[in-house]
Order: sequence, then structure tokens, then C-alpha cells
Amino acid sequence: MIMHIKDFSFTYKGASKPSLKNINLPILENKVTALIGPSGCGKSTLLRSMNRIHDLYPGNKYEGEILLKNLQNQKMENILEIKKENDFIALRQRVGMIFQKPTPFPMSIYDNIAYGLKLQGIKDKTELDKRVEDALKGSALFKEVKDRLNDDARGLSGGQQQRLCIARAVALKPEVLLFDEPTSALDPISTSAIEELIVELKEEVSIAIVTHNMQQASRISDYTAFMYLGDLIEYDKTETIFLNPKQQMTEDYITGKFG
Amino acid sequence: MESLFKRLSWISATTILLILTSIFVVLFLYAKPAIAEYGLKFLVDSRWGVEVSQPTKPQVSPSTKSSATKATPTTTPKDDNIAVNDEDIAVSDEDIAVNDEDIATDENVAVNDEDIAVSDEDIASQVPSSADEAITADDDIDIDETSKHTKVIYGGLVPIVGTILTTILAMFFAVPIAMGIAIFLSEIAPQSIAKPVGIAIELLAAIPSIIYGMWGLFYFGPLVASVFGGSSVSLLVASLVLAIMIIPFMASLTRDSMNTTPNVLKESAYAMGATKFEVIKDVVFPYAKKGIIGSMILALGRALGETMAVAFVIGGVFTFPKSLTDPTVSIPVVLANSFAESNGISLNVLFYLALILFIISFAVISFAKFYFLRDKK
Ligand SMILES: Nc1ncnc2c1ncn2[C@@H]1O[C@H](COP(=O)(O)OP(=O)(O)O)[C@@H](O)[C@H]1O
Ligand SMILES: [Mg+2]
Repeated sequence: MIMHIKDFSFTYKGASKPSLKNINLPILENKVTALIGPSGCGKSTLLRSMNRIHDLYPGNKYEGEILLKNLQNQKMENILEIKKENDFIALRQRVGMIFQKPTPFPMSIYDNIAYGLKLQGIKDKTELDKRVEDALKGSALFKEVKDRLNDDARGLSGGQQQRLCIARAVALKPEVLLFDEPTSALDPISTSAIEELIVELKEEVSIAIVTHNMQQASRISDYTAFMYLGDLIEYDKTETIFLNPKQQMTEDYITGKFG
Repeated sequence: MESLFKRLSWISATTILLILTSIFVVLFLYAKPAIAEYGLKFLVDSRWGVEVSQPTKPQVSPSTKSSATKATPTTTPKDDNIAVNDEDIAVSDEDIAVNDEDIATDENVAVNDEDIAVSDEDIASQVPSSADEAITADDDIDIDETSKHTKVIYGGLVPIVGTILTTILAMFFAVPIAMGIAIFLSEIAPQSIAKPVGIAIELLAAIPSIIYGMWGLFYFGPLVASVFGGSSVSLLVASLVLAIMIIPFMASLTRDSMNTTPNVLKESAYAMGATKFEVIKDVVFPYAKKGIIGSMILALGRALGETMAVAFVIGGVFTFPKSLTDPTVSIPVVLANSFAESNGISLNVLFYLALILFIISFAVISFAKFYFLRDKK
């Protein structure tokens, strides 16, 4: 277990009731955990709590605990206790995030990937070059872009941009990667490229992925959590959730009776 | 419908082009005599309205009319002399009137007729003599023109330098402050502050420039002079007033284009461990670059051509500023100050200056557009 969400509730600023209620969810090491559920059930909210990106907008309320394993001493530490900016930065470099739409920075392909590395304080040009190349190879993008590393990243296709964003996150060697519907804006070919990539990546990192697409969840995830209206209804091995769910509601959702 | 739209857009595009061309052509035509007279040397000549004597050309005739047509610049001083002579005549007429009154008083005192006759004779003798004086004065002018031929030299260097200096200095002061305000409004301030401050800044941007000029003359100029010394109308005051005038404009345009940065793009930079400063520097600025540079170009254009705000506080003297706190002059100010009282070649000279301003603005803005906004492949 690399992360453990315990009795977690979350209320947006100004909202009358919590968007997440008493969530308990483990994120297992080197596994892919899928979060599924109808739109508005709180999947993104939960994911965005796990690297505290919510804190860019003040006034939200957290309750409970989100524990993250410290790989140095193997202790679980509560990330909700973080207050200093430096600790936020360290947290976000350990828990990376990929968004629904590709978000290439307005700079070259090379700089997009080197950016986070430079933020980590790596200045040595040869090391940067090597880490950039590794990251690009790791996300199966190197062949396509090796001749135009200095071109603006916004000139890539949508699928390439999304793989660039993954490469950029992977380059930081995070412990956990959070994907929020990473393929919902992409064509089927790009989607399957990214699905393959995610499966390969779990050798190195633990992954949590929000998806709308049930087939995607069944194809790539090891564990699946089903959420509904801010509650976690059921969490289990993906096979179990899809073939033999314990809750009626889970079965109804998976069989397409609502959603 | 569609063809109508197409035609309308064609017409408006062509109209703009036509207007631009006609401005250029009119400026050029009116400037032409001055261009012919002073040539490109005008650009590097720092004398303005200086009379210089020239060796007389042999074919210049002594008659007033021909000299007036041949050497236009000399007409102005000659006209002045004539006017002065007319005044002299008027004065002597008054003298006559005074004499008449004297006569009247004399009558009251009942002095003899002979005396009156004498004073009448005096009057008679005075009138022709004053007319004679006027004639001789006219003759003097003719003699002046033929003996020491003078020419008024106009050079545009001082106002050109003044325009460029005020603009550069104003941009130098305005850009960092406007960027700071824009960053504060779009990235740092909470909504509850950013909204009202943003509206206040938009209001400032809408204040007519003459009000900045008046404020500069009566309040800001003396304040600057008391801090930095020197005159309360100076290059420094003009640049600062200009900067203050373009800051709100630049800041609100820059804020608007920074606000177009998608939240998710900023979030993904934060998610890589960037700080607020790094997100602004590496994501927001590059993303909004085109809009930001566009706002600077618009502000630059405004600063180059700004008249009223500058006219009040630059001093309007045709000397190079030796220090920031010296008064000088800029092209639009020369135009505004001298247009009403100019005619002949001095009017052509103003059009020459206007043409230069037009070309400078055009060149600077095209260069900025080309250089900063080209698409890097
Ligand atoms: N910034 C916000 N402020 C207030 N409420 C929000 C905000 N973002 C989302 N919500 C609410 O929180 C709930 C969960 O949203 P979200 O996590 O985006 O759902 P999902 O990703 O599962 O579709 C929804 O009811 C939504 O209306
Ligand atoms: Mg969502």
C-alpha cells in the first residue's frame, strides 16, 4: 500500500454539503486502481485531494486522513497536515497528475520535459538530456519527436501531447501518478497507446485513474472503486467488481442500467 | 447574406487602407515644400525658426512683390515691419487728435486766432511727415531685403529626439509597473480585491489625456521637481505623466490576456512542483505573450503620438535636454502649439514633422509586430 485514504470527507468552499463523504480507499503499490462512477460523483475531487491541488483555491475543507508512504523510512505520513509551500512542492513531485485535456506548456518539447527536472534543481545539461530521452522513450514518444525536440510542444497531435504530459510527469520519477480521464479527449488509436503506456508504467509507479469508460477500467486496472454521489460504494479487485459485484448498485452501473 | 457579409468586410478593409493612404498622401503633399526646402538635413538639424543671413542672389529684384514670391520665408518679418509702421501711423494720428484737443482748450482760454492757425499748420505739417516716415520705413525694408537676404531655418532634430526619449522613458517606467499590476490582478489578488481594483484601473484608462496633463502641470510636475530637482516641466515629468497615462491601459489589456491562461494549464505546472512565481514566469507569461506584447505595442503607439498630456508638462522649448530634468519638446507638442499661428513654409514644416511622426510610429509598430509576434516554427 502506497497511499491510504481514511475516513476522508471533502467540502468545497461555500458548498453546503460535502462532495466526498467518509471515503476509505487503499492505493496499492505498483498496481492500477480505477475510479469509476457517474458524472459528478466526486472522482475528480478525490483524485485532486491526493496531491492537494485543491489547495490552489483557498477555503476548501478536508476531514480524515490521506496517508502517503515515505519511501525512506516506510512510514505512512498524512499529507493533509502539509502547510509549507516547500512541502507542497515535494508532495506534488512525488504524486504527479495528468489531466483530461493535454496541457503542454508553451515551450519546446524538450523544455516541457526538462521543466520539472529543472524545478527539482537538476542543472547539468548531460543529465537533463539523458533524463529527457529516457522519459520520452518511456512514453513511446522518442521515435516520433527526436528530430524536433526544439519545436513548440503545442504543434504535436492531441495523443502525442498527452503522452508528452505523461513523459513529463514520469521524468520526475514520482511514486504515484494520478490520471483524470486521460483519454476522454482522444481518438481510439491514441487511447490504446496511452492504455498500453499506463500498463507499462505500473512497473515503476503506482497509478490511480479516473475513467468514464468501463472497458478501459476492465482492460488496464487491477483494482476498481465504484463511487456514487460522494460515497465510495464498493472497492475490490477489478475482476470481482466487473464479474461478481457485491452491491446491487455497482452491478446496475456496470451493466449500464444508469450512469 | 454571405455575399453581403463578404462585400461589407471587403469594403471596410479597403476603406481603412484608403484612409491610411490618404493620410500619408496629404501629409506628404503639404510637407513637400518643406521637404524641398530643407531635405533630409531637416532630420539632423537642431535649429528651429532660426534666421540666418544668406548671400544675395543677383537676380532678386528690389520690388516688394517679386521678393515676396521668390523668398517666401522673408515675408513674415517684412509683414511684421509693416504692421509696426501702421501702428506708428496710428500713434501719430492720436497725436493729431491730442493736438486738436489742445486747440480746443486753447480756444477756451481764448488765445488769438494766429496761434490756432499755427497749430493748424502744425497739424498739416505733422500728417504728411508721418506718412513720409511710413514710406521711408517701407523703403528701408526693401533695402534690407536686397542688401542682407535672410532665411529662416527649421530643423526637426529636437522634437524627434524629444519624442523618442519621452516614449522610451515612458515605456521604461510603465512596462514593469503595468506587468506588476496585471500579475497582481490576475494571479495574486483574491477575487474580492481583483474585481474592484480592475474596474478602477479600467476607469483610469478612460480618463482623457488632457486631464493627466493638467494634473501633471499643477500637482505632479512640482512634486517631481521637489524630489529630483530641476524644472517642474521637463523630460522626466513628461515621461512619468505619459507612463502613468499608459499604465492602466497596458495593465488592463495584459491582465485580460493573462486571464485567458487555462486553469488546468496552471494546475499542471503546479502539479510538477512549480511555485506561483514559476507558474507566472514559465506558463502564464509565455501563454499570454502575444496579448501582452500587443498591449505594449498599443501603449507604445499611444505614447508616441500623445499630445495633450505631454504638451502641459514637457516645457515646449527647442533645446536638447542635458539632463532628465530639463525641458524639451516632442513632435505632437510642436504641432499642437504652432499649428494655429503658422502659414507658408512654417506650416509645411509642421506637416513635414507630422509625416516624420507618422513614419516613426508606423516603423516602430511594424517592427515590433514583426519581431515579437512572428511565429517561431
Ligand atoms: N470548484 C467546485 N466548487 C464547488 N463544487 C464543486 C467544484 N467542483 C466540483 N464540485 C462539485 O463536486 C461534486 C463532484 O464533482 P467532480 O469531482 O468533478 O465529479 P466527477 O469528476 O466524478 O465527475 C459535484 O457535485 C460538483 O458539482
Ligand atoms: Mg471529473
